[in-house]
Amino acid sequence: MTSYLVRRFFLMLLTLIGMSIVIFLLLRLMPGNIADIMFDSAGFVDPAEKAALEKELGLDLPIPVQYWEWISALVVGDLGFSYVSEMPAIDELAPRIPITVKLALMALGFSVLFGLPLGVISAVRQDTMLDYVLRVISLSGLSLPSFWLALLILMAFVTYLGEIPIYTDPPDNLWDELLLYTIPAAAVGFRTSAIIMRLTRSSMLEVLRQDYIRTARSKGATDNSVNYYHALKNAVLPVTTIIGFEAAFLIGGLIITETVFNIPGVAHFLVEAILMRDYPIVQNLVMFIAVVVVLINFIVDLLYAVLDPRIKYAD
Amino acid sequence: MIRKFSICAASAVLFAVSLGAGAALAQKSGGTLKVYHRGTPPSGSIHEEATNSTLSPYMPIFNNLVMYDQSKPTNSLDTIVPDLATKWTWNEDKSKLTFNLNTGVKWHDGKPFTAKDVVCTWDMLQGKRKAKFRKNPRKSWYKNLDKVTADSDTQVTFHLKRSQPAFIALLASGYSPVYPCHVSPRKMRTNPIGTGPFKFVQLKQNEFVKFEKNENYWKEGLPYLDAIEWTIIKSRSTRVLAFIAGRFDMTFNVDVTIPLLKDVKEQAPNAVCELRATNVSTNLIVNQDKPPFNDPDIRRAMVMSIDRDAFIKILGHGQTIKSGALLPPPNGVWGMEPEFLKTVAGYNPDVNANREKARAIMKSKGYDENNRLKVKVATRNIAIYRDPAVILIDHLKSIYVDAELETVETSNWHAKVARKDYSVGLNLTGIGVDDPDAMFYENYACGSQRNYTGYCNADLEKLFEKQSMMEDVEARKKVVWEIDKKLQEDAARPIIFNNKAATCWHPHVKNFTTMTNSVYNGWRLEEVWLDK
Repeated sequence: MTSYLVRRFFLMLLTLIGMSIVIFLLLRLMPGNIADIMFDSAGFVDPAEKAALEKELGLDLPIPVQYWEWISALVVGDLGFSYVSEMPAIDELAPRIPITVKLALMALGFSVLFGLPLGVISAVRQDTMLDYVLRVISLSGLSLPSFWLALLILMAFVTYLGEIPIYTDPPDNLWDELLLYTIPAAAVGFRTSAIIMRLTRSSMLEVLRQDYIRTARSKGATDNSVNYYHALKNAVLPVTTIIGFEAAFLIGGLIITETVFNIPGVAHFLVEAILMRDYPIVQNLVMFIAVVVVLINFIVDLLYAVLDPRIKYAD
Repeated sequence: MIRKFSICAASAVLFAVSLGAGAALAQKSGGTLKVYHRGTPPSGSIHEEATNSTLSPYMPIFNNLVMYDQSKPTNSLDTIVPDLATKWTWNEDKSKLTFNLNTGVKWHDGKPFTAKDVVCTWDMLQGKRKAKFRKNPRKSWYKNLDKVTADSDTQVTFHLKRSQPAFIALLASGYSPVYPCHVSPRKMRTNPIGTGPFKFVQLKQNEFVKFEKNENYWKEGLPYLDAIEWTIIKSRSTRVLAFIAGRFDMTFNVDVTIPLLKDVKEQAPNAVCELRATNVSTNLIVNQDKPPFNDPDIRRAMVMSIDRDAFIKILGHGQTIKSGALLPPPNGVWGMEPEFLKTVAGYNPDVNANREKARAIMKSKGYDENNRLKVKVATRNIAIYRDPAVILIDHLKSIYVDAELETVETSNWHAKVARKDYSVGLNLTGIGVDDPDAMFYENYACGSQRNYTGYCNADLEKLFEKQSMMEDVEARKKVVWEIDKKLQEDAARPIIFNNKAATCWHPHVKNFTTMTNSVYNGWRLEEVWLDK
């Protein structure tokens, strides 16, 4: 187990180094840079002024030098300055990350809380009216784009309640914060809950047909004990994998949700930074996301061993 | 009888004065004006930007020497009023413009404002100082400015190379604030300091930009508002819904499009919405260095294929404006009037006749049904650019031109145009001041950085100068129309239509005037108040 962990750790490190190179190069491959964009807002391009700006920002240096400057600074925790606001990148990123993390956790919580039990119910009551209704709900969750759903929610609020659940001021307390994020979290989590619901259902159906379930029933175990203790415990493994993937995928959904609900999180900020070619923001933020995703995958791998005692990692 | 009349007149005057006093007393101080913003301003330095995203929120930080009367909707030489200057005088040949300045004015950091600050500002704009702007988009406005001198702490003189009576119009624009000498350009981008009615508090990217009342504002009793908060909302649907729901007092400057205006009026029937000309034109740019577009006849044929009424009907719901480079009355001051406009090639309402002539030109150049000219129409990949480009492509088909749409990521647009990496493009052009000097020198003069097509006509340059030196408005207008006609017929940057859009506010916002011929001059907000 220990040597497995060490191997996984070095693999993680290699993955991150590879990713840093890919992130850096992809950004440079995109047409245009911050100087182009800044002159775009001024409605003209003066080649001399543009060259001076590129020099000021170090964009005239060879690509390997630029990479080395970035990565060596990153290692010591220096994230540089945002090209757009001319403020330290850490000051731009740090307050936004918790907002997105909270929103993502709430969305994930919503997905699991709805998806898992409804998936079990759907499987246990297979081919009943309740199962059909839940399957329709899960299908709509998969087919409704989250931006469209989010806009419908906003329009419904404005039309019927005369209020709009968007972020315009920071919430005063935890309760306000919860209220503020509940609707966006539900909007973005609806899709994930649908995936979890469908996967739980099919996984449960498969497990419920296993011999050991029949044995448990023949031994007189109650329905609840069979469904939730014996069956769910084994059916939940593939669902856990999907929850891991979805946690990373949620970032994509959050970009739209943060834009529509005007939440000043890091997902929407990332898109804006990409459009502005704000390299220090994008590079550091994408690296951060890469670290999080790699870590989540690592944790999910470890969770397998905890959830399924049959899985053993050889030393 | 005379005595009786005098008493009546005196009573009437007293009544009028008391009404005026009543109105003044009705103004309430206090409150925060909440406005939504469409996106993070690129910087806080007005002189370095050419976008409403910076100008509208940051204009209240500054003062100009003179400005356009904020209560009058049409900007003209007659509506210019003093700001930091108490008065101005011209020398006899209108080549020296002297301003007397207010005393006791302080910058937001407490330092005194003097004539040296005015000199510094225009020295920076002319690139004469060591500290430089990163970008200087209105350099061309000051082509005729020789130097600015401080005659004393309270007097400055602008020395022009030749007579330019309308020079003062440029100084009255929201784009011409006075900057402090002692603050670096970098700080002006991130934490600007002015003498204006509001002080900069904070900008958070994608969140907000906030301003607070300048308690020591040198105009007594102003401003009325305690603060202005601009909340940045990128999604147009969200921000318009938020305005309808009453989350904001006001929309962003001309953010409500004609189709959206209908929705706003339906859902917020009490909102005040003013649909105004923006003085932003949708136009055709043709790379005059690329064959066959270096041939003026081909360019002229392209211009003659355009059915402007179709654009206006489809995109502007019949409300946008047919014009040349300059915006015509009643919205603008200098544009060609309808009867004259009809005489310009391509503006004849008989589109079929125009196209017949255009086809004849194309045939004479070897193009016909069997030998069609293939071209790409480049434009920004956003709806207000893309939509007219699609219609343009359809119109070009009528003169044996098969065009294909080439969408360009918006951030790369100007870089591409500056590289002349296009043959035909569709562009939008806004102008800060409704004055021919600004329009011609910025967009059509030889060597101007914003003259995207590189059009350069020595004869017209002489006419630019001629009109610029004229004082008589009517006489100047005739020369201006002659120039505008030539610009359109030469396809220098043919105007397809002039845009309109609305700004909306709730009825409790008082004393705000939208301007009809520029969206860049009416955002000082010092006399705006909230009746809440």
